[in-house]
Amino acid sequence: MTLAEQEKRFQEKIDNEIKIEPNDWMPDAYRQTLIRQISQHAHSEVVGMLPEGNWITRAPNLRRKAVLLAKVQDEAGHGLYLYSATETLGADREQTIDDLHSGKAKYSSIFNYPALTWADIGAIGWLVDGAAIMNQVALCRTSYGPYARAMVKICKEESFHQRQGYESLMVLCNGTPQQKAMAQDALNRFWWPALMMFGPNDAESTHSEQSINWKIKRFTNDELRQSFVDATVPQAEILGLTIPDPNLKWNEERGHYDFSEINWDEFWQVVKGNGPCNKERIEARVKAKQNGLWVREAANAYAKKRAMKKSA
Amino acid sequence: MSNTEWPLWEVFIRSKQGLNHKHVGSLRAPDATLALENARDVYTRRSEGISIWVVESSNIHATDIDEVAEFFEPSDTKIYRHPTFYEVPEGVKHM
Ligand SMILES: [Fe+2]
Ligand SMILES: [Fe+2]
Repeated sequence: MTLAEQEKRFQEKIDNEIKIEPNDWMPDAYRQTLIRQISQHAHSEVVGMLPEGNWITRAPNLRRKAVLLAKVQDEAGHGLYLYSATETLGADREQTIDDLHSGKAKYSSIFNYPALTWADIGAIGWLVDGAAIMNQVALCRTSYGPYARAMVKICKEESFHQRQGYESLMVLCNGTPQQKAMAQDALNRFWWPALMMFGPNDAESTHSEQSINWKIKRFTNDELRQSFVDATVPQAEILGLTIPDPNLKWNEERGHYDFSEINWDEFWQVVKGNGPCNKERIEARVKAKQNGLWVREAANAYAKKRAMKKSA
Repeated sequence: MSNTEWPLWEVFIRSKQGLNHKHVGSLRAPDATLALENARDVYTRRSEGISIWVVESSNIHATDIDEVAEFFEPSDTKIYRHPTFYEVPEGVKHM
């Protein structure tokens, strides 16, 4: 079969909603796009543990602490499912992790913002996991089998992440004026970065069109962002909080909320590594890998010793 | 020595009595004991399983993707293996 024939067959499968599995023929660009996207996604899950992990010891009570611990543990699991999915495409797991550490690979820019107060942990669950869910639900139908299956599992686990965050903000909003102000402050700082999580506008998005044709993506960045705004504004109203956007307004004609243009300069600054916490996040990951080296070595030595005993 | 030397394991989980073990994904671990423990932590945090199998991926033998058509051809051509192949008169019941 010629390359053109193979490509045609591949696209027919995609068009007929037949999932692509690891050993199937696929265009190199499809493989590379997936490796880039899935590993970025995996890195986001792993780096995403840092701002929240930072608050585990400072959670206000045992219930919140247990919940936060369970959530952060889930994110580690999500990272693992996704690294496994990249391996089915022939990516080297260690190499993808080293690419994160060298700055070659990206992760969601949201995690370069600090979690300054306890209310930020609520806002992260509500908005950041909320935005991630919007993205991930769409990805449950992505064309690559292992990625789609990982997403289904992740989505099942994510829903508690958003709810626990919302619940925790609810408590603050029904608390003292200071607690409510703390919740409003968290929303003020996380609203725009959460909207940036959906990536550049469709017109600026380099990978979008091909990804839609390959059904890696089912919806564009702007469509997902709009769904997120539409879903979240009423939730903020119930909390009694104000979305920090003077232009936010229901548009009867469109059946959607209108909202202000995102500060794209800020977005690109953070993507390029100049956000408030970029350096700190990567340093933490590099340090974790270095500090864990002896554990990996010890586990290897132990496995070898046991294998020797068995064969003796 | 790095993590790269940890072999890849495929994970199969029985979700409840009466069901088969089902492939759920893979992970890396230095040996079977740790592969099982990791599988528990990674794939069964919400009571998804009552039994786990781990198999080193290198021990899995699979059909050749390039010979799928020939390999499965004998089964595709024998439509008389299906009950719908046979004609049964209107009034016949319980068949
Ligand atoms: Fe996650
Ligand atoms: Fe999450």
